[in-house]
Amino acid sequence: MGFPFWIVAALTIAGGMAAILLRNLVHCALALTIAFAGLALLFLQLDAQFAGFVQILVYVGAVAILVVFAILLTRGAETPKTEGVFSKTWAAGLVIAAAVFAVLAWAVLQSLPGLPHETGTATASVQQIGAALMGRYVLPLEIVASLLTAALIGAVIVALHEKKEEAK
Amino acid sequence: MVTPLIGYLLVAAILFAIGLAGALTRRNAIVVLIGIELMLNAANLNLIAFWRYGPHPEALTGMMFAIFSIAVAAAEAAVGLGLVISIYRHAQTADLDQMNRMKG
Repeated sequence: MGFPFWIVAALTIAGGMAAILLRNLVHCALALTIAFAGLALLFLQLDAQFAGFVQILVYVGAVAILVVFAILLTRGAETPKTEGVFSKTWAAGLVIAAAVFAVLAWAVLQSLPGLPHETGTATASVQQIGAALMGRYVLPLEIVASLLTAALIGAVIVALHEKKEEAK
Repeated sequence: MVTPLIGYLLVAAILFAIGLAGALTRRNAIVVLIGIELMLNAANLNLIAFWRYGPHPEALTGMMFAIFSIAVAAAEAAVGLGLVISIYRHAQTADLDQMNRMKG
């Protein structure tokens, strides 16, 4: 675990922090994109090339754009000048998040001696992944396909204008 | 020698906590969805890290889990943002503190 890992990890965490701390929502979306790109770099460092490029295509390419569209469609770019951006119960939320992090970090550090450590190189070529998707994982693939179709139709119907009577 | 896995697990834990804090403390519904996306990504990082340093990487289990998780997260983002837009059109606000009509 060398120097590049710590740089990318710091970049990812800084992007995540900025995504939830900044006041302007467009800046939040840009910081979120940085965090997604940092995660893609972490995937590439883990020799998971396919997952890294899927992360770039799906998250940096699609989800970040979707977030920007949602921000602009809800006029979220207009930052509230007087009120804060945090909820009334922000202290409780912060305590819960800190407690969850404490439990997770404690569990990781406790299980340190038992963690697997294989030194061999793990490679997953796109050919292997494709063969696995078409072989052993073909049923989940079909279910995900129908789920994506349902989500596509559902998102369009949910966000559709309700003013059909006026248009007639 | 410390396994490199621990670094990835700690980064994932920090990202998960950041996402949870964002989902719990922000008032805007879109930032809450951003927090949820960060949490899902932290889980994906754990899956890929365990696939890489686990005993049987050739079985591709963690990798497949992460790929399906990304697909489901994309569907979740689309439907969630559609819901936010629909709620905004209905209530003229994306502020979660003002959406208290179901409060008893």
